[in-house]
This record gives sequence, structure tokens and C-alpha cells, in this order.
Amino acid sequence: MFRRRGFNISSLAVGNSEIPNLSRMTFVVEGDSRTVEQVTKHLHKLIDVIRVSDISDDNAVARELALMRIHTTSQTRSDVMQIVDLFRANVIDVANDSLIVEVVGDEEKVDALQNLLAPYGVMEVMRTGIVAMTRGMNANGGGSGRNGGSSRRPTFNESGSV
Amino acid sequence: MEMTGAEIICESLLREGVDTIFGLPGGAVLPFYGALSGYPKLRHILVRHEQAAAMAADGYARATGKVGVCSATSGPGATNLVTGLMAAQMDSVPIVCITGQVPRAAIGRDAFQETDITGITLPVTKHNYLVMDVRDIAPAIKEAFYIARTGRPGPVLIDVPKDVLAGEKIEFEWPAEVDLPGYNPPGEPDARQVRVAAHLINQAERPVILAGHGVLISRAWDELRELAEKAQIPVITTLLGIGAMSTEHVLNMGMPGMHGMAYASLAIDRSDLVIALGARFDDRVTGRLSDFAPGAKIIHVDVDATEFNKNIVADAPVLGDLKDSLRALIPMVQPNVHLDWIKETDTLRAEHPSLFIRKSDVLLPQQVMKQISDETNGEAIIVTGVGQHQMWAAQHYGYKEPNSLITSGGSGAMGFEVPAALGAKVGRPEKTVWSIAGDGGFQMTLCDLATAVENKIDVKYAILNNGSLGMVRQWQDFFYDKDFFATIYSGNPDFVKLAEAYGIRGIRVTKQEDVAGAIQEAMETPGPVVVDFVVKEDEFVYPMIPAGESVHEMLEEPEAESIIS
Repeated sequence: MFRRRGFNISSLAVGNSEIPNLSRMTFVVEGDSRTVEQVTKHLHKLIDVIRVSDISDDNAVARELALMRIHTTSQTRSDVMQIVDLFRANVIDVANDSLIVEVVGDEEKVDALQNLLAPYGVMEVMRTGIVAMTRGMNANGGGSGRNGGSSRRPTFNESGSV
Repeated sequence: MEMTGAEIICESLLREGVDTIFGLPGGAVLPFYGALSGYPKLRHILVRHEQAAAMAADGYARATGKVGVCSATSGPGATNLVTGLMAAQMDSVPIVCITGQVPRAAIGRDAFQETDITGITLPVTKHNYLVMDVRDIAPAIKEAFYIARTGRPGPVLIDVPKDVLAGEKIEFEWPAEVDLPGYNPPGEPDARQVRVAAHLINQAERPVILAGHGVLISRAWDELRELAEKAQIPVITTLLGIGAMSTEHVLNMGMPGMHGMAYASLAIDRSDLVIALGARFDDRVTGRLSDFAPGAKIIHVDVDATEFNKNIVADAPVLGDLKDSLRALIPMVQPNVHLDWIKETDTLRAEHPSLFIRKSDVLLPQQVMKQISDETNGEAIIVTGVGQHQMWAAQHYGYKEPNSLITSGGSGAMGFEVPAALGAKVGRPEKTVWSIAGDGGFQMTLCDLATAVENKIDVKYAILNNGSLGMVRQWQDFFYDKDFFATIYSGNPDFVKLAEAYGIRGIRVTKQEDVAGAIQEAMETPGPVVVDFVVKEDEFVYPMIPAGESVHEMLEEPEAESIIS
């Protein structure tokens, strides 16, 4: 559907939900409000899709996981590990000349860590894409999640049957 | 009683009221055919190309309002259906296609005649199924028909592996209900939306109704007439909406758009309110969007929410079944007269005689169409292919009844003319069916003349033969410096001899004075007939609004000027 209608996906994450035979998918789509409206409606139209929520403007928590393989030497290893600690990320594999960092956070945090580690040599990065959920009813209000500049980045939650 | 998957399919089809299947067997689907031969109530019509099966099911569905059914084997049989599926989807036509598939263990291993047809048809079906367990067959069929015919209708494909067709036997159980939590077609509209729309209608001084295919799909032509007459609003029908109102009705202003009547497009251009009923603002209708109906508010009544704000931003969208929506709307609309506006539209008609046919020594295709209209009194079912002849058929026939024009609009699939006509005649045997064919499109699917002969399907084929790929040639003439590359058909067969080769009566007409006689002779001859009308080669369809342009750039028939000045 996305390819046919010409919508741009930044990321896509899908997995099981708390209901058997039902998956949840989270799409991050680039576009203006008219695009968002069309994407929402076209997703609704798919027979296997049960519900679509556009949570771009809602108070939502968004997280993604990234694995990064960073080049290290005996001199740089402790610096790298210090940066990793500051981000409350984890080193999950160590080799002679590299280590693998695991980080969970919102998009900005993951971007920031990758940028800080870049000077040491980022050999490989795998990112899962965002999963997101609206905050609970009694969450502190105040302020929308993020205000885009010129390009909005809305986020969808979609439930589909397997 | 225990049944195989194939028998369960047959039983399920009977439960859905199916009486006709167009198809072509093959290895993977053979068990289905084995069962089918034991079900005489399911009439199988053997075609000569699977594309004809899909298009015949389409023509049948458009003519009858029922779901059309076709079947094919795996691999190339299934892929041959794709054009027909796409055509049905673009025009929102309900058909269900059953394809055989290689046995389950062979799927994904490049087996003989294997293809991922469900993957291939995902974008061109409303939904599809790959049935991997015999217990899922009956539910899939019940769901498929429900999905095909409700909401915005569309094609559904069911792919069944051979070992599910002919393997385990189970008790047949017809499900009581359909369980589709993700599918909820709209019915009654929201009262607020209706109120807003009614308010706009009551305020408007220059309203027009744009009636699309939705009026026919929802069988809402009586409501359309009631609304139009109550508030005296001119009705403009899109290509797919033709027949929603009789062309004889004083409020019918014809067809708009690229090859529509000038007065229809101009009326929209000058209107202050466009009431779109089951129409999708296709680019052939609107031209350049920024110049479409510049002074008008838009009411958009549709069953498919994705159409709102897709091409045109609606001031008053109304989501719902069209018949229900009109029934809710009409009581809120005040009787009105719009006398000045009606007079203005009458003036437009007089100043732009878009249906003017000039005098010519050479046989003109428009004359042929008009003659067919006269000889059938506007009461036949007209099926067309795609191209110039299609436009002339839309313009020059005096349609009186709903579902009397069957044409591939959104997808513009050439070759539609032969098989869709077969489907229409099979569905409505009491009607005269004329298929208006182009010599180009006719050659794409003419093998199914054999189907007409074998099943005694009494379709009259009128080939408007100009020896070229006419519409493309017209574009080359207007926009590509008359570079007629690859549009001249110098290798056409003798169509009369071709018809006779199939055992069909063939008639050739080259002169205007012979047209009426040939038409009458064709209709009096029992069985299918092919009439080869040899028409002027370089005739143009007028009016024309070039692609991406607006009504202000419309080209009109040059000689029409002379009759009004």
C-alpha cells in the first residue's frame, strides 16, 4: 500500500501484542497533514487492519533499540566505555579491536550517542525503528511531544491480525 | 456428508447465489473442475484466454449488479487475470476469482506453473486469500463475496493449492456469519454531515450534481432524480455514471472532462456548488485541479473515506452508502427553481453543440454510433473497448437506463470490448447487447469469439475500424508533431472473413447509406454478428481538454462554430 500510494516510510517495527493472533505495527511516515490523513485512511481500508491511531500529536513515549559496533584500541576503549555509561547504554560484546554497544532510547538519544561515538569509528549500526505508545491518563500534561520544523514526522500505531 | 475442498467450493458458490462461472482449467485447478462438472446449476463458460474470464465476470457484474465469478489455473493462468482484476478494481466492480495453486509442499520451490499470485495481486484486489486448510475454504468464500459486494465493491482473489482442493475431506459447514473485525463498510451517514450538505444546497444559486459510478453501484438512480427535480439542479454524469439519469431527461447535462461535452465542463466551471455523488474526481474529469470548479463549494458523498481530500478538498464530505445518504438528504433540501442558472446552462448548450456531427462523404464513426442509438431506441446495453470509439460511444448514444453502458473507465483496458460483452449478455440475456469495438482492442481479445459461438452468446460486435490505434494517433497529431510512430495498423485482417472463420456472420459497411441496414440485419440475424464499419482514418474526438489543462484550453470541433454563428 505504501509503495503504491507513494508514501515515505522512515521506519517500521512490528511484533506480537498482548492479544493472540494480533500484531502491532508502528510506522513513522514523512509528510504533511494531507499525507497523514491519506495514510491513516488507506491503512483503515486494509481488511486485515483492525485499528489505526495517529499518535504524532499525542503525548506519547517512543523508543528504539540500536546495536552499534565501535572500533576501539587499548587507548580508546575506556573513553568509549565512559561515553556509553553516560548514556546508560550497555556494552554487550568485547573484541580486540571493537565492541558492541546496546542502547535504548528515543530517536534523539540514539542519534546523539552515534554522533559522539563517530570519531572513534562506527563500523556497523542496526536500529529497530520506533515503537511508541500514548502516555497514561494521568500523565502530567503540558506541551506537545515534538514540534517539527518544516517536515512533520507523524507516528502511527496499527494493529493487524496475523 | 464429507466433501473435498473442490466440492466445498462448489457448495459455497451455490450458497452465494452464483449461477455462472467464466474460466479456463489447468493442472492445479483441475480438481475444482472435476467437482464442477457435477454441479449443473453452476454454469461454466469456457473462455479462450483467462483475461477474458476476468473481464467477462466484470461485464456480468456491471450488467446484473451481482458478483461476477471467474476461475483459472496457477501460474500463467492466474497472471493472465491481472489486467481484468485491475480493471475491476479501478471501476469498483465486484468479482471473485478462484485460482488453483501448486500443492502446499511445493510452494516457494519454483514448481511447475507456480507463481505468487496473492503477492502479485495485492495491489489490484480489494483483498485476497491463500487457503492452506480445507476448513478455511467455506469461510474464505463467504468473506470474499461479502467483501466484494459491500462498501466500495472490488475484486477478491482466492488461491487454493491443489492438495487442499483434492486432499482431506471434511463435513461441509456453511458459516452463519462473517467475522471481519477490520472491515466495517459505512451505511447510514452522520446526521451532522448531511445537515451541512443540505444547508449548502439550499444556499446555492448555481449548483450542479456530478453523478458517478456510486449512483449505479448503490442503485440510487431514483433518489438522484428526486433530488435533481426537487431542487431543479442540472445533473452531469461521469463516464461511469452514464445511465444514472436518462439522457432524455431535461436536467441531464451530459458528461464532463477530457472528452466530455463542453457545456457540462463549462457548467461545472461556472457553478457555485458541486454535489459529487459517488464520484472520485478522476483526472479525466477534473483536468488541472487548481482550475477545477474555481468558484464552487464541494459536497462529496462517498462510501470510501479515502476519496475525501484525495484529489479535491471537500467542504462537506458525507460518508455513507449513497442511497441511504440521499434518503437522509432529500427531506432536508428545499424545493427550488434556479431559473437564471438553468437558463444559463441552456445557453451553454446552444453555444457549444458538442454533439454536432458534420457532413462527410467518408463514413464517420460518430454517425455509426448515432445510428445504432436510433435503431435500438437507446435501450440496448452498450459495451465498449478503450479509445476514440469508446468516447464516441459515450457521447452519441442516447442512454435511457441504468447499467446500460459498460466500459473500462479508470484502467482503460483495451480488449475489454469482446469479453465484457459476453458477460453482459449472459447476465442480461433479454437485452440487446452491442459491443462497440476498436480495431486495436478487438484484436487483443478476439479469440473469445469462439466462446460466443460455443455458448451461443448473441452479442452484436460493431468494429469502428479506422486501421489505427486511434486515440494514441490523435495525441500524436495534437501533441507530438504528427509523428505517427507505431500507431498505424497496416496489418489488420479482413474482419468479415475472420468472423466467418469462426462461423459467425460478418458484414462490412463502408458507406453512410448502408449503416442502418447493416445494423438491422445484424440484429435480425440470430447469434453473434460482427459488423466491420470502415470509418474515416484520421477523425478526432472533440471536445478535448488536453491532459493537465483546464476547461479554458478546451478544443472544440472546428466545424461546429459554423452552425451557431
